[in-house]
Amino acid sequence: MARIGLIDYGAGNFSSVRNALDYLRLEVIELRNRAHFETATHLILPGVGAFASAMRRLEQLNLVDELKEQVLVRKKPFLGICVGMQVLASLGREFKETLGLGFIEGTVDKIDGEGHGLRLPHVGWNELNLIRSSPLFARMNGVPTFYFVHSYHLLPKERSVIVATCEYGTEVVSVVEKDNIYGVQFHPEKSQHDGLQLLKNFAVM
Amino acid sequence: MTLKSRIIPVVLLRNGVVVQSKGFKRYQRLGNPTTIVRRLSNWLADELIYLDISSQQIYDLGRDDLNFPNRRSILEILQDVAKHCFMPLTFGGGIRTFDDVLARTRAGADKVVVNTQALNVPSFVDVCAKEFGSQCIVVSIDALRGANGSWEVYAQGGKVPTGRHPAEWAAEVESRGAGEILLNSIDRDGSGKGYDIALNRAVVGAVKIPVIACGGVGEWAHLAQGIIEGGASAVAAANIFHYTENSVYEAKKYLCERGLNVRKPTLGI
Repeated sequence: MARIGLIDYGAGNFSSVRNALDYLRLEVIELRNRAHFETATHLILPGVGAFASAMRRLEQLNLVDELKEQVLVRKKPFLGICVGMQVLASLGREFKETLGLGFIEGTVDKIDGEGHGLRLPHVGWNELNLIRSSPLFARMNGVPTFYFVHSYHLLPKERSVIVATCEYGTEVVSVVEKDNIYGVQFHPEKSQHDGLQLLKNFAVM
Repeated sequence: MTLKSRIIPVVLLRNGVVVQSKGFKRYQRLGNPTTIVRRLSNWLADELIYLDISSQQIYDLGRDDLNFPNRRSILEILQDVAKHCFMPLTFGGGIRTFDDVLARTRAGADKVVVNTQALNVPSFVDVCAKEFGSQCIVVSIDALRGANGSWEVYAQGGKVPTGRHPAEWAAEVESRGAGEILLNSIDRDGSGKGYDIALNRAVVGAVKIPVIACGGVGEWAHLAQGIIEGGASAVAAANIFHYTENSVYEAKKYLCERGLNVRKPTLGI
């Protein structure tokens, strides 16, 4: 049985993710320090807000090395949501240049909205273009549609990690996958049926 | 472009009870704060705006016959609501401090609506956007059309004129880091006459952040007008979503049939 470690590092959507996992009757442990990572079978890093403050809080809580151990060495399934996905990158450029976890080579840059006459943040429901299959999208009907709210996006160096994109003037990388590491730019906890199904799919990995 | 126009029911909470509002003055009781949210979530609304318009800090439902506890604090109500809300939840009303924002996001709000406090202390928007991110901060603007045909922004639930023009104020809060504008027409509120389209165009043209139109929807065609003529990124309404069975489904169906880019109408989570 999955025992999902939900990392509580002050992210705004922590309660929302918790509510969704509770609704799915999944076993959840809230992780606030290094102590209980060992007992989790899966890890979820929620996130809303800015790249730099997310990394700062992970560092203040001493979680960066623990995450590297659990995800890169122990190979536990890991899901990063929104900024929790963005910090997988090597470098973020929101407000100032900040080093990320570096699990996925790439940078996080502002969406080119003005060049396309688009409003930012990119907020609302958008359809995904699935580039390759992934267990995250099992048992979904029709075109998966998810709720996004962000102004920055992850630009991976290797296109092979991209599972799905959406279109907002430009291509927005929406899902990345590399071995046991998954990242979604949208908010599954706020995307009704498809979102809950995605979380359920993650929990059975 | 595949980003959908959003359809957003607004729930108004007054002293613990969901109410209907007319002209920001008259209120009619509709029911309890969580069952309505569960219903709107099942009807697959794109988002929910939940506004506490209580004039006093009293949240007792005064009903012991309902099978749930009488909630006394707005945060307890919010926590309850969030448990049934698998769509984005935007929460506003009475937010005055940084800690108010923090408490509401921790209780399950994805975004917060600020209005009067931003008018009183505009740097409040900067402070909140910096800490919580722009995407978390929705600035609500209540505008009244005067006899001369122009608009003025009102504070404190539509009671206090500020001398500000809604388009200028919208541009200012955008520059301070607001992520979205919730634009209400006080004179259209509860009228069923449709959005104040000219007001929407004026504000949409003044900013590059999304604008949510609100106030005056009496039929589904008004939602289409808000998107097509008003240029709104999202269309919000309160009363019509509470008085129509399967309302969100019907609204989406209407808009889909007219070729608007909204999420397909389906039912059930």
